[in-house]
Amino acid sequence: MADLTTLRRSPLTHLADRMAAASVSVTVSLSEVPFLGMVSLRVEPSTPAATRVADVLGAPLPTGCGETTGDDDRRALWLGPDEWLVVTTGDPVVLTRELDAALGEDPGLALDVSANRTVVELAGPRARTVLEKGCPVDLHRRSFVPGRAVATTLARVPVLLWQTGHDAYRLLPRSSFADYVARWLLDAMREFNG
Amino acid sequence: MTAQTRRLPDGGRIDRGRELTFTVDNVEYAGHPGDTVASALLANGRMEVGSSIYLGRPRGIVAAGAEEPNALLQVGGECSEPMVPATVRALVDGLGARTLSGLGHLDPASDPEQYDKRFVHTDVLVIGAGPAGLAAATAAATGGARVILLDEQAELGGSLLASGEERVDGRPALEWVADVTARLEAFHAVTLLARTTAFGSYDDNYVLAVERRTDHLDEPLTHLSRQRLWHIRAGQVVIATGAHERPLVFAGNDRPGVMLADAVRTYLNRYAVSVGDRVVVATTNDSAYHLVGDLLAAGVDVPVVLDARPVLSERAAETAVSHGVPVRPRAVVVATHGDPRVSAVEISEIDDGGQLVGGRDTVDCDTLAVSGGWSPVVHLHSQRQGKLTWNAGIAGFVPDGVVRNQLVVGSAAGEFDLDATLAAATDAGFEAAGRQGYPADVAASRGVGGWCGPVRPVWLVPGLDGEPGEWREHFVDQQRDQTVADVWRATGTGMRNVEHVKRYTSIGTGQDQGRTSGVVATGVIAAALAGSGAAPDIGEIGVASYRAPYTPVPFATIAGRERGDLFDPTRTTPVHGWHVDHGAEFEVVGQWLRPWYYPQQGESMDDAVRRECRAARTGVAMMDVTTLGKIEVRGRDAGEFLNRIYTNAFKKLAVGSARYGVMCRPDGMMFDDGVNLRLSEDRYFLTTSTGGAAGVLDWLEEWSQTEWPDLDVVFTSVTEQWTTVAVVGPRSREVVSRVAPDLDVSGEAFPFMAFRETTLASGLPARVCRISFSGELAFEINASGWYGRALWEDVYAAGHDLGITPYGTETMHVLRAEKGYPIAGQDTDGTVTPQDLGMGWVVSKTKDFVGKRSYSRADTARGDRKHLVGVLPVDGSTRLPEGTQLVAPGSPSAPTDGPVPMLGHVTSSYQSEALGRPFGLALVKSGRERFGEVLLAPIGDRLVEVEVTSPVLYDPEGTKRDG
Repeated sequence: MADLTTLRRSPLTHLADRMAAASVSVTVSLSEVPFLGMVSLRVEPSTPAATRVADVLGAPLPTGCGETTGDDDRRALWLGPDEWLVVTTGDPVVLTRELDAALGEDPGLALDVSANRTVVELAGPRARTVLEKGCPVDLHRRSFVPGRAVATTLARVPVLLWQTGHDAYRLLPRSSFADYVARWLLDAMREFNG
Repeated sequence: MTAQTRRLPDGGRIDRGRELTFTVDNVEYAGHPGDTVASALLANGRMEVGSSIYLGRPRGIVAAGAEEPNALLQVGGECSEPMVPATVRALVDGLGARTLSGLGHLDPASDPEQYDKRFVHTDVLVIGAGPAGLAAATAAATGGARVILLDEQAELGGSLLASGEERVDGRPALEWVADVTARLEAFHAVTLLARTTAFGSYDDNYVLAVERRTDHLDEPLTHLSRQRLWHIRAGQVVIATGAHERPLVFAGNDRPGVMLADAVRTYLNRYAVSVGDRVVVATTNDSAYHLVGDLLAAGVDVPVVLDARPVLSERAAETAVSHGVPVRPRAVVVATHGDPRVSAVEISEIDDGGQLVGGRDTVDCDTLAVSGGWSPVVHLHSQRQGKLTWNAGIAGFVPDGVVRNQLVVGSAAGEFDLDATLAAATDAGFEAAGRQGYPADVAASRGVGGWCGPVRPVWLVPGLDGEPGEWREHFVDQQRDQTVADVWRATGTGMRNVEHVKRYTSIGTGQDQGRTSGVVATGVIAAALAGSGAAPDIGEIGVASYRAPYTPVPFATIAGRERGDLFDPTRTTPVHGWHVDHGAEFEVVGQWLRPWYYPQQGESMDDAVRRECRAARTGVAMMDVTTLGKIEVRGRDAGEFLNRIYTNAFKKLAVGSARYGVMCRPDGMMFDDGVNLRLSEDRYFLTTSTGGAAGVLDWLEEWSQTEWPDLDVVFTSVTEQWTTVAVVGPRSREVVSRVAPDLDVSGEAFPFMAFRETTLASGLPARVCRISFSGELAFEINASGWYGRALWEDVYAAGHDLGITPYGTETMHVLRAEKGYPIAGQDTDGTVTPQDLGMGWVVSKTKDFVGKRSYSRADTARGDRKHLVGVLPVDGSTRLPEGTQLVAPGSPSAPTDGPVPMLGHVTSSYQSEALGRPFGLALVKSGRERFGEVLLAPIGDRLVEVEVTSPVLYDPEGTKRDG
C-alpha cells in the first residue's frame, strides 16, 4: 500500500511559518496539531452498546456538558446527550472499526471524521486572555480547567474548545474555518508578541 | 500660548511636574497630566465653547463629566472624532481639537486604530467606583468572590475625587480611596477597570462596557487596541452610578459662566482650577454648601448664596454663621447679564407658590454656580425595565424595587449621606457575594459628608415679563436649544406624555441624551400642565425611557476586529490554495469562498466562462464541489425517516445507488435538494446545497427529536471530511479511468446514478459517483479532506493532455440553467413547490412526507401559480438582469394607469456558450401554458421582448448524460 502520509496536507500548513513567528513562549504560542484522528460517535447512553463502546475506549463515556474521559490515545469529548467526539493519536480507521463493531446492530453511529476538523493549540500565560477576546465561555480557572471541553464559538466561528493544560487549550474548528480561526488568533495575539 | 492663570498654586490631582500643550480652535493652551480638556481650558481662563446649535447663542462649559451639554469637540487625528465632551477627554500633549456647535462630522477617513473585545464572567459586577462602589466591591471581594469594579473616570473615587472636607474613618476621604484601591488591587479575583463605561444592561445581567485604553497616553502603544468592548456576564450587578446635578431654569440660564455647583467644586478641588473670582451660588438643597466652604478656603469671593428654600436648613444656617457669607432664603436668580460671560445676576424672592415677590437687586459676579437638586443615574436599572418612583425627599426619580440579581446603592438609589451610603453599599456587597456563595462580614467604613438635605424643587423661575409660552431664554435643554416656550408649545398642542413632548421638542435627544435636562423637562411639563384639569404630578409624568447606550459608542468599537480580512468568517476547501495560485476569482456562497471563474491572461469574465463552458460541453472540465453539505445517516429506520423527509422515496433505493431528492417545509414549499447515496442497508449519505447544510442538519434533528423519536436514526455532519472533485464532460470517463484504474467506468458497469468505492492510482481510498449537475457525462470523486489537494492535483494532471479545465460557480450556473436545473434559494424563494418547478415527478403520490398535505390545499392547485420556465430574449443579444419583471404585451403602463400587472420575474440569467445566445430562467404565472408566448421585460427605459420556453434548453433528449 502506498504511503499516504506523503499525500496528506493539513488545513493550516500555509500558516505554519506565521504561527511559529508569532509564538512567544513567555506570553502565548500558536500551532497546529495536524492529523489527529477523530471519530464521531453517537450511541444511546446507559445501554449495553454504550458499555461496549466504553470498553473499546477504555473509559466510561462522559455524561455531562464540558466533560471528557479517557487518555491521549482515546479521549472522548461530550458533545450532547448521545453524541461524542473521540480524539485519538492512533489510527482512526482502526478505532472506527472497533467502535462500529461495538455498536453492532444497536442504534448509533461511529464515523471517521478526522478530516472534518483540525486542531489548533494555543498555549502560554496569555492564552486565556487571547481566547477571551472572542469566546463567550467562562474561562476563569474556577470555572474551566484542564480536561474540560465545550462546543462554543470563537469570533463567531463554531469550535470545540478543550483545555489540555494549565495554560494550554486546543481549538477544534471545522477544517473549512481553520484558516479564519488561525488568522483571527494571530491578530488577537499581537498585543502579546509585539 | 496662554498661561494657566486660573490654576491654583497647589492642590488638585494633576501632575504639575509636566506641562502639556494643546490647541483648541487653533489657540494654544497649556495643561497638566490629570487634566481633562475642559479643566485645562478653564485653567487657561477659557470658559466659552462653541455657540449653540440652532440659536447661535454663546455657551460655556457647564459640567465636569459625561453630562456636559455644551463643550463638545471634534478631536483631530488621522481620523478625527466627533462629539467628544471636553469634560471627559483626558488631556494629552499635542492634542488638537475644535469646539462644535452641537454637531460634529463623521470623518470619512478610515479609522486606523484597533478596537477589540473581551468576554468575561464575574460573580459580582460593581458599576461605579465612588464611595458606594468602592465599599460594595470591597465587601464583595472579602469573601473571595470574583468582582469586577469599573468606572468611567480616569481613576477610582467617583464623587470623592472632588471632595474637600469629606472624611472616611476619620481621615480625608481621598486617603480612604487610596487605601481601598490598594486593598482591591491585592485581591486576585478582583478586576479594576478605570476609563470604562458600562453603557448597556441586558437580560440575565449581561452588561456591555467600553474601556478607553489609549486616549490618555501621549504616545499610544501601537499594539494596544484603542478601545475595548467588554462583554460581562455577572451573577450579581451592583449599580453605584451616582447622581447628576440638575441646572435651574430661569431667564438667561445658558450664559457662559453659569455652571453646575458640583462642577465648579470639581474643577476647584480635583483640578485646582478656580473658574472665577466672584461666584454667586444658587441652590435648592444643601449640596452646594460643600462648594461654598471650598471656594472661601481657596480665597474665592462668594458675595451671596441664594437658597430657594423658605427656611434655611441647619447646614445653610451654619454656613452663613461660620463663613460669614450672606445666605438668602426664598432667593432665586431671575436674569443674568454679561457679554457674553456672566457679569451680574438679578435676584428676587420666590413665594411658596413659585411666584416672584418683592423687589429685585443685582449682584456682580463672574460665575453663577447652580444646584437644582440631583437626579440619580438610574439608566442601567431602567434599561432592564426596573421601575422608578418619585422621591419627594430628594426631588428625584429613584429605583422602585430592584431588578432580579441587581442592587442599587449610593446616590443612584437616592442616598446622598456618605455614612449611610458606605453602610448600605457594604451590605449590598456582602449580599451580592453571599448570593454567589462567597459570604463575608466586616464592619462598614464610617463617613462624614454628602450633604443634600431637604430639597425645594424649583422647576421654573418665572420670567420678569410675558407668559411662559414666550419664555424663549429659559433653557431646558441647552444642547438642543429647547426652552420653556418650546415645552409650552408641546403641551399646548395637547401633549401630556413625556415621550411625546420629548419627540416634539427634541429635548433629551442630543449627544448628552438629556442627562441634565431630562428630569428638568418633566418638572417643566408638570408646571405647564398644572392648573389644567386633573393635572398629573411629576411622578405620574415620569421620565422618557432610558435606552442603551448610556454614552455614545463608536461603531468601530462595536465592530471590533471584524473589519477588513476578519470582517466575516470565511470557509475554504483543502484545494483553496490551488485555486488562488491559478488565478481564480472568488465569490462568497454562504461563508464559503468558492472559485467563481478562472480568468486566463487577458480574459474577461465572459471570456473565461465561455471557455470553461466549452470545455465542459465538448471536452473535460473539473470543479471543486467540496462545499456541498454532507450528512451521514445511520439507523434501522434511516430509510423510513428519509421517506418522511424527502418528497420522493428512499427506503427502497438500492445499495450502491444514488437518487436526487427534494425536501419541503410543511407548507409544501421546496427548501433544499441534493443527491443522496445508499451506502448500506442502514446507512445513507446525503448532500445538501452549499448554503443549506447547517439548516438541513437542524431540520433532520428537529423532526427526529421532536416528532419521530421512535425511529432509529442518527445523523453526523461530514461536510469537511470529504473533498469532492467533479469531473465533467464527454471526455471525463477517460480522466476518471486514469485516476481510478481499478474501476470499470464503462457505461454498462458504472451506470448513471451509481457510486463505487475504489482505491485510486495514488493509493487513496475514494468514493466515485456518477452524477451530473450539467447534463454531461460526469463523475464526482470523494476522498478524505487530508488528501483533498492531492486528489485535485491528480485529476488535473490526469486530464492535462485532454485540456482539462477547472471551472467555477458561474460556469456551473450556466451549465445547470441550460438544463433547467433549479437552485434552491436562487430560482426558489420559499413560495415555490416542486410542481411549480416542473418536478412533479419527484413528489410521491403514495407515501406520506413533510409537506404532502399542503398539496391538497386550493392554493397549491391554482392554475395560475408561477412556473419555472425558460426565457429567451427575442433580439438574441440582451442579457436580462436577474430580478427583471415580466409583463404581458399591451399592459397599460402610463403612470396614470396605476401599477402594471406583473406576470413573473427572471430568477437566473446567463450567456449560453452552447446556445450562442443569452437566456434565462423565470418564474411566470401559468408559465407552462405560455411556451411560445412573447412577454415584455422592462429594462431601464426599454421594453425587451422575451419568449417563454421550456426551462430545458440544452439537450432536452438527455443524450449527453452517458457520454
